[in-house]
Amino acid sequence: MQGQLSRFNISALVLGFSFLYLPIILLIIYSFNDSRLVTVWGGFSTRWYVSLLSNQQLLDAAWVTARIAFVSATVATVLGTLAALALTRYTRFRGRFLFSGMVFAPLVMPEVITGLSLLLLFVAIGLDRGFLTVTLAHITFTMCFVAVVVQSRLMSFDRSLEEAAMDLGATPVRTFFQVTLPVILPAIVSGWMLAFTLSLDDLVIASFTSGPGATTLPMRIYSQVRLGVTPEINAVCTLLIVVVTAGVLTAAVVNKRRDVQRQRDEQAAQRG
Amino acid sequence: MKSLGSIRRSFAPWNDPEARPYIVFENVTKRFGDFTAVNDLSLDIYEREFFALLGASGCGKSTLLRMLAGFEEPTSGRILLEGQDLRGIPPYRRPVNMMFQSYALFPHMTVEANIAFGLKQDGMPKADIEARVAEMLKLVRLEQFARRKPHQLSGGQRQRVALARSVAKRPKVLLLDEPLGALDKKLREATQFELMDLQQELGLTFVVVTHDQEEAMTMADRIAIMDKGQVMQVATPAEVYEAPTSRFVADFVGNVNMLEGTVAERSEKTATITGASGARIVVENAGDAAAGSEVAFAIRPEKIKVSSRPPAAGVPNVMEGEIWDLAYLGDMTVYHVKLSDGQVVKASALNSARITEDQLSWNDKAWISFAPDAGVVLTR
Repeated sequence: MQGQLSRFNISALVLGFSFLYLPIILLIIYSFNDSRLVTVWGGFSTRWYVSLLSNQQLLDAAWVTARIAFVSATVATVLGTLAALALTRYTRFRGRFLFSGMVFAPLVMPEVITGLSLLLLFVAIGLDRGFLTVTLAHITFTMCFVAVVVQSRLMSFDRSLEEAAMDLGATPVRTFFQVTLPVILPAIVSGWMLAFTLSLDDLVIASFTSGPGATTLPMRIYSQVRLGVTPEINAVCTLLIVVVTAGVLTAAVVNKRRDVQRQRDEQAAQRG
Repeated sequence: MKSLGSIRRSFAPWNDPEARPYIVFENVTKRFGDFTAVNDLSLDIYEREFFALLGASGCGKSTLLRMLAGFEEPTSGRILLEGQDLRGIPPYRRPVNMMFQSYALFPHMTVEANIAFGLKQDGMPKADIEARVAEMLKLVRLEQFARRKPHQLSGGQRQRVALARSVAKRPKVLLLDEPLGALDKKLREATQFELMDLQQELGLTFVVVTHDQEEAMTMADRIAIMDKGQVMQVATPAEVYEAPTSRFVADFVGNVNMLEGTVAERSEKTATITGASGARIVVENAGDAAAGSEVAFAIRPEKIKVSSRPPAAGVPNVMEGEIWDLAYLGDMTVYHVKLSDGQVVKASALNSARITEDQLSWNDKAWISFAPDAGVVLTR
């Protein structure tokens, strides 16, 4: 078994991966279809990518989505990091268990409920739906993801680093910015990226809380698909996949390189 | 270095009634919930002293150190430094620096930046910082590692960076929390002497926490032996070893034989102790043990003589037994002698001559003897 792929393993692998990736591969292939009919292959062409550039509605939606994702991810990262700090540091306050539960509840809350309750809130306080409300909604639901990521890093954080900084004369504020923040920064960055991605591909919550002029890309794609799938949609989805894959791959490669370098350094240091 | 011995010998401010203590713990108690880590403890430490807090884990020694650094506040009592009450002064305003057990080097900074960290907080001019950092790097012999990050250093090098960082600000007191705990044995021994030299060179007061008695004995001017949040004895290494004041201290430091008995007769200088089996021993150093009291006679293994023939008449404190166990360690041999009353006594003998035919072996009959002043009588 070890190291050897049996026939059973190979077929399981092929089945599993095709289940995961076949639909995506089909989508990518059909984005290069010359034919206007989605299901009929009419030869290779990049014309849908060209026509995409002149589809102002889709471009607008993409721009709105990027802005919302950027703003909401940034705010959510700040709030999520603060929440994680509070929950790991002040372990002795009353009701801590309740609070940590409440921060993480949105992780498992059905999106429909989150979206609906936010919509009711915005209506109740008379906030006009648009860019602002979608951004607020996205902050609400991505914040807890950031908190989870940052909290797990803080759990393994050596508190004596902070004590050492204070011992050497750094005030608590300086200690935070000069020692704590730089050490947990990788976790904060990955928290931001997670929040950005979540905001980018959210459809349900955006549909509940969006208003005129703030149509996000997933909403636009969904509404166009209801009128029939066009090759243009395939093209825009392919581009999204390329962007996301590139991001994930870069992060993985950078991480891997750093780990390898670190291991090499440590071995060199041990040798003397 | 050459005059170190004579400086050390003459350094004993704790015997000088004029000397004022530098650090004073005054009835300090620290509780964590129901757990009392430090219990009504009073202790004086003098300037330029190399002071060791020795004890098993959980005895409160680290808590004491953390209270001095300012990471914990005493539940009651006072801590004074140069006569100033430290209560309410945060760690970043105390003229005290600490070297952490884990070293706590900042992983995102180079060796240089780590050492400069404390100086930058004080707003020292840049040129002065550079000069001081260079001086510190030279002191710990890490000049060529200045631009490395902590993970690119070996354990011993990290330890030296941590040391350089904690003395860079010239603190009045340097606190060391198990400073050599993470090093291997060889390196640890070499570093012990480096630390002593450094302390002499900088003229600082060192307070070191350790669970390793050898480390404390080697380095410290005085040792405080702690148990359950209290100080059992404060004394020089030699006093702690030769004149422990309680069963706990005698047992904690080094190897010891504890012969339990009752004081049968008492004169001003000597006491006669009767053991459970009726054996009588005559000892000096009886302290305040009154006739009739239950005591323990503590004697170190190397102070007991083992012989294969009965000693000449007139030799005091002779007991008969057989060799129960022995261990040949090269430089010395450790014998476990089972006395006629069943008690096993440890005795060690230096192998100053090479092995001869006439060696004691398992189950041989043997006699042990010791001088009246070879041990101490403990009442506590």
